[in-house]
Parts: sequence; structure tokens; C-alpha cells
Amino acid sequence: MGSDLVYFLQLVVSGLSVGSIYAIIGIGFVIIYKSTKILNFAHGEIMMIGAYLCMALISRFHFGFITAFIVTLLFSALLGIVLERVIFRPMIGQPIFAAVIITLGLSILLRTSTGMIFGYGNEVFPSPFSEEPIVLYEIVISHAHMWTIVVSCGVVFMLVMFFRYSDIGISMRAAAENQINAYMLGINVKRMFSLTWLIAAVTGSLAGVMLSNVHIMNTNLSLVAMKAFPAIILGGLDSLGGALLGGLVIGVVENLVGGYLEVYLGGVKEISVYVLLFVILIIKPYGFFGTKEIEKV
Amino acid sequence: MVVRSRTFVETYEEDVSLFRTIWIRFWFALLLIAIILIPLIGDRYSLYVLNISGICIIGAIGLNFLIGYTGQISIGHAAFIAIGAYTTTIVGNWIVLPSLCLILLSGVIAGITGVIIGIPCLRLRGLYLAMATMSFGVIVEYILFHWIDLTNGPMGMAVPPLSILGFVLDNHTRFYYFIAALVIIMCLGAKNLTRMKIGRAFVAIRDRDIAASIIGVNLTYYKVLAFGISSFYAGICGSLLAYYMTHVNPEYFNLFLSVEYIGMIIVGGLGSIAGSILGALFMTIVPESLKFFLGFIRESFGLTGFEFTDQVRVAIYGALIILFLIFEPGGLFAIWQRLKIFFKKWPFSY
Repeated sequence: MGSDLVYFLQLVVSGLSVGSIYAIIGIGFVIIYKSTKILNFAHGEIMMIGAYLCMALISRFHFGFITAFIVTLLFSALLGIVLERVIFRPMIGQPIFAAVIITLGLSILLRTSTGMIFGYGNEVFPSPFSEEPIVLYEIVISHAHMWTIVVSCGVVFMLVMFFRYSDIGISMRAAAENQINAYMLGINVKRMFSLTWLIAAVTGSLAGVMLSNVHIMNTNLSLVAMKAFPAIILGGLDSLGGALLGGLVIGVVENLVGGYLEVYLGGVKEISVYVLLFVILIIKPYGFFGTKEIEKV
Repeated sequence: MVVRSRTFVETYEEDVSLFRTIWIRFWFALLLIAIILIPLIGDRYSLYVLNISGICIIGAIGLNFLIGYTGQISIGHAAFIAIGAYTTTIVGNWIVLPSLCLILLSGVIAGITGVIIGIPCLRLRGLYLAMATMSFGVIVEYILFHWIDLTNGPMGMAVPPLSILGFVLDNHTRFYYFIAALVIIMCLGAKNLTRMKIGRAFVAIRDRDIAASIIGVNLTYYKVLAFGISSFYAGICGSLLAYYMTHVNPEYFNLFLSVEYIGMIIVGGLGSIAGSILGALFMTIVPESLKFFLGFIRESFGLTGFEFTDQVRVAIYGALIILFLIFEPGGLFAIWQRLKIFFKKWPFSY
């Protein structure tokens, strides 16, 4: 293979691995948006808290990676339920705008509290994956990156199956669709909302742990979640599969722009996703798989 | 507005006047005197806090036009403030212009940018608009960091001193009077705008945009106008901020600044000028007084730790936004209204 082609494929592969993280972050946004119509700006912070907790458990309390990981997921499940009960349940019936602004407030509150507890310095996550890269037809990929792709795709697949075939998943969709009808059919709507936040928080901290394996740890980790916005907009705000596809596309585009244009224009890699978000919003606001809002007077 | 039963309006001029009763005029005159007298009793630090809150009032009114009146959620207000601040700095360093012209120019350039951003955003609403404005904010922040020839990048730039007709404003007291005058002018302007056709059109768009367009409100024109006015106020706010800080730095104009302004208008009250003023004052004065109070406690009890850092301030902002939205969605303005009615009726309950 020519070196140009290898370079291109290398960028695509690492883009896919970053993109799969965006996808799994995006899933967290989509799950909450689908059932409550809230765009959760605090998702990045939930993700970051997961990452920091997992790191603290491993490096300070000397847990094994698997134990720490499980404890982190349990904790974030609890966090999701607490957030729903304390903050978002009183907001049911209030304008969506208010709830969205609450998530903005929550995001800065959680970010600063995390900083106060764990410090603001840069840290390196004690990665359990081997440093040895995998070489596949001249394309290099690290264990951590490969695992991210596998785990993200697996989680998305499981969630899609969960929402399509399991009783609870179908009940959650029903509760999201029409609360009163769902209630009449004997679905515990409140519990379904708690469950929504629980699942979103768990996928969030999963994404956080995955991300911290390939990303430097500081309080700006939460800003990575902002890059999942173009992903979910591209796929449509309420489509799980769309989030996966959107995430992968955004990851690849970001990496290609970084790989080819960064030499000419410093910082263009960071900004490219936001430019893309702006452009997608203006050209195709409801994404490729999203439901179009029908206007009623 | 609650009008006392003894208030009779005989002419049209009286009916539309801003200060309708003798009591309202009295209280406003008292407020004006208080504003003039404050520098005599305040120390430098409290004047500094007041100046910052005055600058914030202008920015908050601008954002309230967009979010509170027109119902267009924007998380990119910091970008327009940044444009105002950098216009003042760059143009001021490049050619010699009277400072007042420069402040106006900053507002106008920010306003034009707002119009340019507002036009493609016409198709978007609610959350989608929030995301678009957020991405605009991030893009502007990156431009400030990376266009080093123009903005000097992360190093920031020094701002030329502010002088009005050859009179250099170089201390807190002089700045205080200048900012106070400007805030009063901008508040009166905003109040009148909201009473005019423009303000009513904004509110109609917020309540139901399609219904508004049926009764003859030109949606395109007024939505873009809302962006323009909001950004104009943000530009003036940014310009004053640049002059007051004497140094602009791209780090300041991040996403958090936009959230901070949203916090101000939420805490103050959406869709009211008085709310923007109360919110801006509250959100700048409360963290500063907390800082003072914590420092006092620490000294008197000899405690260590308990440091009031910038991060604590940010956390307080977040907590205030959440608490107000859950317990008092109308903001301080609603509390103020209730208090006013309570005292008006006192000692009767209704």
C-alpha cells in the first residue's frame, strides 16, 4: 500500500475509535432527550465524574480495574437516580427550557465540585490495556482504541435491542411517547424516568472510563461531551442508531481535518466539529434519522 | 402594573409616561440620588464590584431581549461580548478614535455580527438554536486563541485608556459615574424598546411564533432584530469590560461566561428589564459578599482551608441557577413584585 493510503486509513481508524466514544456519549444524550425532551448539558460532567472515580479507586484505593469499573458503574447509576429524584422530577410540567438551563447550572456545579475534590492538574489514567500496539496491514491501533470501538458498538447494540425487544425498554418508550396513556396501561411512568436517567448516567460513566484511557485527565474532560452534539444532531436527536453513525462520522471527519489541515491552520481540528455542527444545524436541523417536529398553532 | 385608585390619567402623554405617579417619581429620584452618593461612602473594592455589576447589567439586558422577550435560547452571549471587547481593543490600538465612538462602534459591530448569525439561525428553534449559538461561541473563542496576528492569541492585549473629551477615566470613582450614566441610558432605552411595537412583537414571537405571524408580525425581521439588539448590548458591555479590565484575554470569554449571563437573567427574572438589573446585581454582589464573609470567618476563627477560589464562585452560580429554577422560576423580580404588593396592601391581606 502507498504511504498516502496508509496515512489516510490510519486517520480513519483512529477517527473511528474517537468517534465510537462520541457515539456512546451521544447515546446518553439521546436516551434522555427521547424520554424527557431535555438536552442534558450536564452529561459531560456525569461522564467525567465516572472517569475520576474509577481513577481514584484504582490509584488511591488499589482496586483492580474490573472491580473499580463495576463500582463506578454502580455509583453512576445511583447518581443518575439521585439527580432525577432531586432535581428533574420537580421540573416535570415546567417548561423544557427551564430544565435545560438547570442542566447547564448542574454542569458547572458538578465540574467545579469534581475539580475541588480531585484537583485541577493533568493526570494519567492507569490504563489496564497493554501499551503494545496492534499492527494490521501497516495500520497501527492501540489496545485501548480497539477496546473502545468494541465496547461502544456492543453497548449501542445492546441498548437498541433493549429498547426494541425487552418489556422494560418498550415501557420506557411508551412512557416517553405519551405519559398519560402509558400510565393507564399500568406502566410506572416515574420509575421509567428514573430508569432513563440511570441508563444515561451509566453509559456516561462508561464513556468516561473509555475516554480517559485515550485522553489526558483534567476537568476539561467534560468538554469532550460537547463534541458529541454534532454527532447526535447529524443522526437526529432521538435516534440511537443515528447517534452511533453520527459519532463515527464526526470522529473520522475530525481526525481527517486534523491530519490534513492542522499544518496549515493551527487548532482547526478542535474547531472543525463545531463548524460542522453549525453547518448541519443550518442545512438539516433534524438530522438523518430524527423525527421532524410538526408545527401546531 | 398596579395603579393606585387615586391615580387618574387624563391625557395620552400621562398614560404612556414611564414614571406615572408622584410616588414612582419620588422613589426613582431617591434611587438616582443614592446612585450619585454611593462613591462617597463606598471603598474602592465595593466600587469595583458595583462597576462590574453595572457592566453586567448591560450584558444581561441584552441577553434578556433574546431569551426573556423573544424566547430564542442563546448560549453564545460571551462571543458577542468578546467581539465588543476585541473591537474596542484592536481598533483602539490601531487608530485614535474618541472613546465614546469606539464604544458605540463596538456595539454596532457586535450587533451586525448578531444579525449575520441570526439570519441562518432563523430556521432553528429551542434546543437546536441553543446548540447553534453554543457552537458559534466556541468558534469565536477558538478564533480569539488562534488568530494570533489579530488578537495576540492567549497572551491577550492591552486596552488603550478610556477618556471622555480629554478627561481620562483612571480610577474607580470616575469609572463608576461613567458606567452608571451609561447603564441608566441603556436601561431607559431598553425599557422604551419593550414598550414599543418592537418589544410587543418580541413577546408575541416568544408566546407563539406562528400566531404572531398571523397577526402581522414579520417573524424574519423581528427575530433577526432581536439578535441584533441583544448583540449590540453585548458589544457595549464587552467594550466597557475591556476598558475597565485594561487587558483582554480570550480565556475570559468561554462557555461559562455565557452560562453566567443566563444565570443572571434566570435569577433576576426572564422577560423584564428590572429583572435583568436585579439579577446582574445579585449575581455579582452575592459571591463577592460571600467571599468577604468567608474571609472574615476564617480570620476570626483562625481556620485554614475554606479558601474562596474562583471555582467556588462558579459552583455558587450553578447552585443558584438550579435553586432558582426549581423554587422561584420567576426570579427575584417575582419576589420583588410580591413584596411590593404586600406592602401596598398592608395591613390588609388583599
